[in-house]
Amino acid sequence: MTTDTINESLDDAHNDHHAHKMTGIKRWLYTTNHKDIGTLYLWFAFIMFLTGGALAMVIRAELFQPGLQIVEPDFFNQLTTVHGLIMVFGAIMPAFTGFANWMIPMMIGAPDMALPRMNNWSFWILPFAFAILLGTFFMESGAPNFGWTFYAPLSTTYSNGSTAFFVFAVHIMGISSIMGAINIVVTIMNLRAPGMTYMKMPLFVWTFFITAYLLIAVMPVLAGVVTMLLTDTYFGTSFFDAAGGGDPVMFQHIFWFFGHPEVYIMILPAFGIVSTTIPAFSRKKLFGYSSMVYATSSIALLSFIVWAHHMFTTGMPLFGELFFMYCTMLIAVPTGVKVFNWVATMWRGSLTFEVPMLFSIAFVILFTIGGFSGLMLALTPVDFQYHDTYFVVAHFHYVLVTGSLFSIYAGAYFWLPKWTGHMFNESLAKWHFWCSLISVNLLFFPMHFLGLAGMPRRIPDYALQFADFNKWVSIGGFAFGLSQLIFLVVVIKCIKGGEKAPAKPWDGAEGLEWTVASPAPYHTFSTPPKVD
Amino acid sequence: MSRGNQNWLVGAWLFLGSMFSSSTWADTQLNMTKGVTAVSREVYDLHMLSLYICTAIGVIVFGAMFWSMAFHRKSKGAKAADFHESTKVEILWTAIPIVILIAMAVPATSTLINMENNDNSDVTIQITGSQWKWHYKYFDENIEYYSVLSTPRAQYENQNGSFDGNGAHKGENYLLEVDKPLVIPANKKVRFLITSDDVIHSWWVPAFAVKQDANPGFINEAWTNVDVPGTYRGQCAELCGKDHGFMPIVVEVKSPEDYDVWLNEQYVLTAKAADAEKASLSTSMSKDELMQLGETTYMAHCSACHQPTGLGLPPTFPALKGSTVATQEPVEQHISLVLSGKGMMPPFGKQLSLNEIAAVVTYERNAWGNETGDLVQSSDVKAASEE
Repeated sequence: MTTDTINESLDDAHNDHHAHKMTGIKRWLYTTNHKDIGTLYLWFAFIMFLTGGALAMVIRAELFQPGLQIVEPDFFNQLTTVHGLIMVFGAIMPAFTGFANWMIPMMIGAPDMALPRMNNWSFWILPFAFAILLGTFFMESGAPNFGWTFYAPLSTTYSNGSTAFFVFAVHIMGISSIMGAINIVVTIMNLRAPGMTYMKMPLFVWTFFITAYLLIAVMPVLAGVVTMLLTDTYFGTSFFDAAGGGDPVMFQHIFWFFGHPEVYIMILPAFGIVSTTIPAFSRKKLFGYSSMVYATSSIALLSFIVWAHHMFTTGMPLFGELFFMYCTMLIAVPTGVKVFNWVATMWRGSLTFEVPMLFSIAFVILFTIGGFSGLMLALTPVDFQYHDTYFVVAHFHYVLVTGSLFSIYAGAYFWLPKWTGHMFNESLAKWHFWCSLISVNLLFFPMHFLGLAGMPRRIPDYALQFADFNKWVSIGGFAFGLSQLIFLVVVIKCIKGGEKAPAKPWDGAEGLEWTVASPAPYHTFSTPPKVD
Repeated sequence: MSRGNQNWLVGAWLFLGSMFSSSTWADTQLNMTKGVTAVSREVYDLHMLSLYICTAIGVIVFGAMFWSMAFHRKSKGAKAADFHESTKVEILWTAIPIVILIAMAVPATSTLINMENNDNSDVTIQITGSQWKWHYKYFDENIEYYSVLSTPRAQYENQNGSFDGNGAHKGENYLLEVDKPLVIPANKKVRFLITSDDVIHSWWVPAFAVKQDANPGFINEAWTNVDVPGTYRGQCAELCGKDHGFMPIVVEVKSPEDYDVWLNEQYVLTAKAADAEKASLSTSMSKDELMQLGETTYMAHCSACHQPTGLGLPPTFPALKGSTVATQEPVEQHISLVLSGKGMMPPFGKQLSLNEIAAVVTYERNAWGNETGDLVQSSDVKAASEE
């Protein structure tokens, strides 16, 4: 640490509103400002989203018609694997961390995140993780090809040469996530404005608080399982090899003990975002605030005891299958409460349909469809038919794309005026919404039928009866991919200029972030506001 | 094109809860198959029950949303009410879902208990997955064989011109056909013991509602009892590497009488093969014969990894063209590598006959410019396998 940076941070603390910041690349490399780091996370997530999306476009091009046209089967597996890893760890999770960084301090009246230097580090190791992961595409062995779930022994004895790089990349992502999560927890626990008790926090803050605990709980489990994978592959251990006394199914138990809470890590913040936007555009307080908090907590707790519903076909004993089926079905209860509360918030409100609201409404409906297929998947006997088919692919894309991603868009449009100081181009943004809405359903809805008709997932070529739907799915995929470029245009235009945004551009919006100017000054709430 | 379009529209309508009867669903390949066993029909009913329940809930919830969107909009002068909690309502919409869930859990539990009851089977068959084929072994009978994809490579590599939309260049059962299907008797409880030689596979036949993972080093159980003789097709369901999409399952269900006839044929075939094996030890094949048989065998069993060109897919699958094993090392080492495998390469000693191994080794040592001139005979393979 140089004297300069120490002085700088002292300056930051003392000269509230006119702290000088570095310029050019150094501003971004050395920044400890939560707004800068939030911006970095959001841009990184969007770049990764486009990268993972490009991989998906190749997948859909190959699946456009039967036969092997564009890629070899092994490369196809590399594409599906890296697409999944990028979207989960590179797009959705960093985007939410970006929201957390930007919004949590402003929502609780804190001057910054509690651990700003760690904040810088937790972002800046991410690009290296993904450079390593994407770099494997250019290695002789090719990229990881065993699916984002990396089941042993396909990922150990039978893997190509890039497993060590994959493991190292995942370790870095995990370290980044854990640091980010610790920062969120410490910030929320210590830096709330006087008077802001836990049950007065915005629901947005609550969902990130709970999510951060989930991350701290399960990221070490992921780190453990990839390390076991590493030693099985390169150091002669036999954790997952029956020949050495291990068990390949144990891999899946450990992986999904991480993996299921991970699913909620990607959806609870989405709940927080739409619980902010829906009341704003309904001009009505969120219905059942405290039941929302309890529902979020119960979902988080239940997420630890349902992991084996991903493994019904692995040969679990009957009792295990029943236990995990019942627990999984139970999740429908708090999730239902959330959906009902959103609908009740809209009920007898005074609704307007600005773009953030459009994405939020689409979120509620389409996420619920993903929830329905989730409930169907919970029924063990029927899961034997659905498992590892396109029905599952449809299910988790409804939850993650029209769920998580749409909530991210809702949040981005909601806070863009606060971030940039300009209103975005409403009609272009509406084009983005409607193009996305139509194409995403063309893309994912027919996948339900493909799965029910018997098409397995992760195959580069398929029987002829699946040809019609696959063609439509691919067309939907290309259209959805292109539609996302509209968002890029909207954001760039919004940063460069546009109608000046007032401090509170949405008349129904509530919360401390709207009490500061737009764009939000570099430092906000150096003196904590009073909350009554 | 237009059929796909119609399918999609019809499907969307059905899924959103239109009034078509459930019987129209099964025929259009939009929905899960009812299958041909008591269990698969129970599973289908459970699927439809949960689908109807979800549709009903969806209609109510989305209906309320759309109602708000239509009538509670600011542009129509709606003023926001100021209620934001109601313990009564919240208890109600926690309790009702619980009741619905119990209504779903009860039939699901009884079906599951039935599915997991593997007792009192009439026939037991061991199913072993390996990259990328299935091996079937009939317990109590001396019958076992491999079942491999039989769709010609030319079809999936589009060598007859690319797909023209009608599948003209692809067979009716494209990617869902095998050389030797599994044969089971109808109206008998058939138990499957499922395992794997390498990675995890999953044996799935939708018409039986049987999907069970094949885990290396462990044995899983599943069973079926099929009412209707016929041919049923499925696929490996768990990602198992490069050719995961190319290891289909075909099951032929025969009436018990036909099944017995088939069993007898197999005994005769097995005996004949043993005789031929013995006879091949004392005869020599010409280079042309060896190369011809070698090429067929290579294409069926080796080309998935080492490629028809012999160039392999390095570094995972090494090239054979100009390789040390095929051109420099002694023949014995080459034979024993094929017989017992190494690392990712499976042992072929069990899968191929002596003269097939002899032919394939000969082929690999003389094709693609590997001009070693070595000829391998069945007796050489026999000698190597006894070492």
